[in-house]
Amino acid sequence: MRITCPHCGPRGVEEFLYTQDASVTRPTDGGAEPTKEWTDYVYMRDNFKGPRKEYWYHSAGCHAWLVVTRDVSTHEILKVELP
Amino acid sequence: MRYSAFTVVKEALRGHTGWRPAWRKAEPAPQYDVVIIGGGGGGLSTAYYLAKNHNVGRIAVLEKGWLGNGNIGRNTTIIRSNYGLPGNIPFYELSMKLWEGLEQDINYNAMVSQRGVFNIYHSDAQRDAYARRGNAMRLHGVDAELLDREQLRREIPYLDYDNARFPVQGALVQRRGGTVRHDAVAWGYARAADRRGVDIIENCEVTRILQENGMVTGVETTRGRIGAGKIGIAVAGSSSLLANMAGFRLPIESHALQAFVTEGLKPLIDNVITFGAGHFYISQSDKGGLVFGGDIDGYNSYAARGNLPTVEDVCEGGVALMPMIGRARLLRSWGGIMDMTMDGSPIIDFAPVKNLFLNAGWCYGGFKAVPAMGYCFAHLIAREAPHEVAAAYRLDRFAEGKLIDEKGVGAQPNLH
Amino acid sequence: MSGFRIATGGLVDRGKPVNFTFDGKRYQGYAGDTLASALLANGVKLVGRSFKYHRPRGILSAGSEEPNALVELRGGAYREPNTRATMAEIYDGLEASSQNRFPSLKYDALAVNDLISPFFAAGFYYKTFMWPAKFWEKFYEPMIRRAAGLGRNAGLSDPDTYEKITEFCDVLVIGGGADGVAAAREAAATGARVVLCDENAPLAPVELPGGVKFLPRTTVFAVYDGGTYAALERLTDHLPVSSAPRQRLTKIIAGRCILATGAIERPMVFGHNDKPGVMLAGAVATYISRYGVAPGRNAVLFLNNDDAAGLIPLLAQARVGIAGVVDSRLKSTDLVYALAREAGVPVFAGAVITRAHGCQSVKDAEIRLHNGTTLRLPCDLIASSGGFNPNIALTSHLGGGPVWDETIAAFVPGKLPPGMEVVGKAAGQGINVNIQPCWHVGAFPGKSFVDFQNDVTVKDIRLANQEGFSSVEHLKRYTTLGMATDQGKTANVNALAILAEVTGKAIPETGTTRFRPPYTPVALGALAGPHKGKHFRPTRLAPTHEFSQAHGAVFVETGLWLRAQYYPRPGEDWLAAAQREVNTVRNHVGICDVTTLGKIDIQGPDAAKFLECVYTNSWTNLAVGRVRYGLMLREDGFVMDDGTTARLGEQHFVMTTTTANAGKVMQHLEFCSQVLWPELDVSFISVTDQWAQIAVAGPDSRATLAKIVDAPFDISNEAFPYMGCAELTVCGGTPARLFRISFSGELAYEIAVPARYGNALAAKLMEAGAEFGIAPYGTEALGIMRTEKGHAAGPELNGQTTAHDLGLHKLLSKKKDFIGRALAARPALTDASRPTLVGLKPVDGVTVLRAGSHLLPVGAAATAENDQGYVTSAARSPSLGPIALALLANGPARIGEQIRVYDPVRNGDTLAEIVNPVHYDPSGSRLHA
Repeated sequence: MRITCPHCGPRGVEEFLYTQDASVTRPTDGGAEPTKEWTDYVYMRDNFKGPRKEYWYHSAGCHAWLVVTRDVSTHEILKVELP
Repeated sequence: MRYSAFTVVKEALRGHTGWRPAWRKAEPAPQYDVVIIGGGGGGLSTAYYLAKNHNVGRIAVLEKGWLGNGNIGRNTTIIRSNYGLPGNIPFYELSMKLWEGLEQDINYNAMVSQRGVFNIYHSDAQRDAYARRGNAMRLHGVDAELLDREQLRREIPYLDYDNARFPVQGALVQRRGGTVRHDAVAWGYARAADRRGVDIIENCEVTRILQENGMVTGVETTRGRIGAGKIGIAVAGSSSLLANMAGFRLPIESHALQAFVTEGLKPLIDNVITFGAGHFYISQSDKGGLVFGGDIDGYNSYAARGNLPTVEDVCEGGVALMPMIGRARLLRSWGGIMDMTMDGSPIIDFAPVKNLFLNAGWCYGGFKAVPAMGYCFAHLIAREAPHEVAAAYRLDRFAEGKLIDEKGVGAQPNLH
Repeated sequence: MSGFRIATGGLVDRGKPVNFTFDGKRYQGYAGDTLASALLANGVKLVGRSFKYHRPRGILSAGSEEPNALVELRGGAYREPNTRATMAEIYDGLEASSQNRFPSLKYDALAVNDLISPFFAAGFYYKTFMWPAKFWEKFYEPMIRRAAGLGRNAGLSDPDTYEKITEFCDVLVIGGGADGVAAAREAAATGARVVLCDENAPLAPVELPGGVKFLPRTTVFAVYDGGTYAALERLTDHLPVSSAPRQRLTKIIAGRCILATGAIERPMVFGHNDKPGVMLAGAVATYISRYGVAPGRNAVLFLNNDDAAGLIPLLAQARVGIAGVVDSRLKSTDLVYALAREAGVPVFAGAVITRAHGCQSVKDAEIRLHNGTTLRLPCDLIASSGGFNPNIALTSHLGGGPVWDETIAAFVPGKLPPGMEVVGKAAGQGINVNIQPCWHVGAFPGKSFVDFQNDVTVKDIRLANQEGFSSVEHLKRYTTLGMATDQGKTANVNALAILAEVTGKAIPETGTTRFRPPYTPVALGALAGPHKGKHFRPTRLAPTHEFSQAHGAVFVETGLWLRAQYYPRPGEDWLAAAQREVNTVRNHVGICDVTTLGKIDIQGPDAAKFLECVYTNSWTNLAVGRVRYGLMLREDGFVMDDGTTARLGEQHFVMTTTTANAGKVMQHLEFCSQVLWPELDVSFISVTDQWAQIAVAGPDSRATLAKIVDAPFDISNEAFPYMGCAELTVCGGTPARLFRISFSGELAYEIAVPARYGNALAAKLMEAGAEFGIAPYGTEALGIMRTEKGHAAGPELNGQTTAHDLGLHKLLSKKKDFIGRALAARPALTDASRPTLVGLKPVDGVTVLRAGSHLLPVGAAATAENDQGYVTSAARSPSLGPIALALLANGPARIGEQIRVYDPVRNGDTLAEIVNPVHYDPSGSRLHA
């Protein structure tokens, strides 16, 4: 699998680290209480088939965090953008 | 018909005309008391223990493809109960005890082979972490030994003791751990469940979970509608998809795990051995192939396959740990879909919909748990109360913070 | 002709004879021969014994699909089991031996298995070996394991080296036959960069234009995502011994790929079709035309298609007698009749060979004619052709399944990997002309083999179906068909078709053949490449490594780093050295390299605000020139890392992390900055490797440093108090950073200079501290001292602990958002009954405590119910004796009580007193000296 980093060009997947789903957004209420919004943000996921937005980190390259739209059923990479 | 040496000999003399199908190809009935979705290790063992231990009426197992073609048929066959946290140890130890009596119980030779699991350590810190785990095991009455370098070298001389990048210092050992023939587990449980009246329905994919008044009533499948009093979900990597059908989400990501086997060789490796300074573990099957694997690829996948960097990484670990396997040849690689949870531990719990039950989140460690997960899931479904050894595997533990995080890496599934 | 070598012809070099041995006997061949062709030339037919029944086996094919002719090549640590004789090029001195036989190939004791084969039917082992239960591991399993496998691994470290390389190209052509060469030329003509791979040795020179890189002896064995292909190049396998790398793993990144891998012939399935002398028709043709070898003197041809008819004139030219052409098609074709007439041989149309007769090789073929009568034709070679299977394994590596083409009775490519096209015979063109499938000849006596290597017969397929294993997946697993080293290349399609017949379904309904990497087996050493032994992973050396070496340090792996563990003097073991080093620091002064701890330089107008987001405590109020301890949580509220961060300027901070988490923290900061708070104007970079950092600790540390810091810097206690930081120069102008922080608990500093000065700075410090008795100290001493001071480190920051557990909850700001704030407040994370940090001392004052021990109430049974925590760090303090840090339920409330320290895996069981984790100088007065 190869990911096209906007800074570095097409690179092998071994240069990158996947961490988490990019469709979840950190709550903006300041985090005073451990609400359901917070625990959902940290723990609950859709995990569907098909295209999905993921956070990938170019750890062996420019250290950019990328939002990669990738089909998790075929591994086809549809889009790579900066956050 | 009972399996035994006697019947093998008898049938051999009769031209094998007496063997019957291992399980009926059942036609779906319109209604069951319990429907289990998933014809893998979890689903089949659950159906067996439901039929054996509980009086629940008619039971069906619905499998979308051919029985046992999922992770139960793809894993690296290791069994062990060498976990470190109190939420885990009793459960896996129950599984170990069930393995020890399984063949006699289901009358099928699953080739349970307790050849010992050796977790190699390479530093003082790792030794102490393994000691913590070993002591936890002993407190739970589970066998655990800590070997130093010389003791380990006497038992397993072919590791790289002298030229290693990360010196071998010793191992945590569970002698009762080992391997089991995975296909035999699926077929054995299927046959045993079938003999107790369970309908095993293959090529029957669930497309909808039917609900009324907050309660499940049945499923829509590729072979028609089937009514159900209770439904248990046991579909491993597809858990989120089934949960979605019932309207809820899970703390799960589905990831790719690769596994490998070499060409068959005369006996070379007697135990299960895991590398402590990289991602690699290995054993030798009774057919002679070295069965090995490493870490998950690290990205979401429903494709049941991985990529080359992981293959290289695993083989590097193998050759680093035991240089003699450099000349063994990789024969086949394959992959499965792992339901990775946010703490690396499973979920056996009520689902948020009444009469729906969930058995999921086994990550890459489900095979060893097959007997206990079936036993406990059956208990939960039949008695509507968790079995005591599975009591910590609740879905709400994530929100509560009562995580069972063996590795201590937190809410990132691909780190577990 | 002499032996079975044809007088002329073939591509072998008859001017270069090659001597080799097989099972100890000497033979001669020619350069260019494979072991198989050379053995056939010498009339050797018996080359192996089958897996289960130990039946005599010969060479079936001429390629990598060979299921029978597996030999052990070379000896000693170089031994390669399961090597296909059809692919092994011979070289002078080659030593090969047959496998899986005892005491010899000709007289194999386990051939008795064949006689009792009904008891070894498919799946028999699932139905027995269960009683008595103990016998499985004691007898049955060891017996099975000894019989399993074919070849023996040498059990010695692999002495060969392997390379890895990456090739980039526009077009990858797989297969160097006519179709492949044509495709390569065509692609190169468009200006594309082309790589052409062929798995065979180049016996005949190939004309290729300049834009084509030709890789012979190279098998493309896997297709991966993103146009990535894995290939294995055999560099020196065809040479006697070589110091050059044995094989090369070539990763090919290709814009597109053309698969021109041709087709693999499938054998006819009849009784005893596994006998030596039964071969694929196409293989016979190859031995004649490529190697100049006739595999027999008198042949019978058995076919169901026109493709194989081309063998008739070849046999005739090679002066091989043809006893007859058996054509299973009711009416044979004009082509067959014409070629047979020319050669003067009879054609038996609508007939089948029911059985091959002979002891250890074919002596005659029993034929059932169309009218039902039987005929036996004497022969020593049966060339069978059941048709061809397009060689499309690679097309299914990404999950696409081949589709059945009824017109040619073969599977052709279905859904292809992105960027791949298939040409020629691999696409099903020009093969199986006028084919009429004959999947097996019918129920006649004699085992009819479908999978040769795993001894799977037609009867096994019927039995599997009878027992309900009627899908292809179940069939394969139950019978092990297709799971041998040849991956079923000559078996899979036959098996599927026979299963279809047995179940009464059409082939497409029954299933498809799907392949997984690798196409042919690949040595694990090649996949590991050069990353073995000491080169398994890189080694990171501290910038004072040479200094430490010169001072006799013993090193320890800390992640990828090598750190000085202790500096033993003559007669000292690790404990004596470490305790001496501790005493030197506590009483005088010592230096220790702390470069490996992560250092991140953070700058910008919003640098302080950024720290507020990632740390639990406050940072905007930290004065310039001050350092503060920082606690970092994960978003789930558990502790991720800790360190000290120094404010060198209004918009300039330097953060430290633990050694183990340096990379992880950097990644986390990048995520926070780029994804969560992109509006903050802050930049940062890792400077771990850029600065050499040395701790200078002890009562005489200030006096030591005072000698090297340049004026006008004032290092006095008043001018530079505890937790201060500054940029300055040392040793007459070398830029440096000075931090007054202390991990040891003594008066201490950390001094950083550009990394290239690491060794020099260490030397200067030793010189400056000589009058005070300065000594270097390593990680063991460091560990003792920080345990004495109750500092949490790696073992306490194990990812399962919270700020409350470590007694650091006061650092959780109540006023601002920070990573982990919300979830850290969950009751389950703050509960006092959680294991919480305490210190321990053995009650008897001398028993060593060990990390990993568990804690039980005194007098309680050693059971899980009574497990209350565990020891995280332990040390043997020279001044305090054995001490430890532990996490104990309700710990701080129990100080003064006793607890049982239980360590059964190391035979430890002792009583300890629960104490304040700060064992040494609890008031911290020495820090402020």
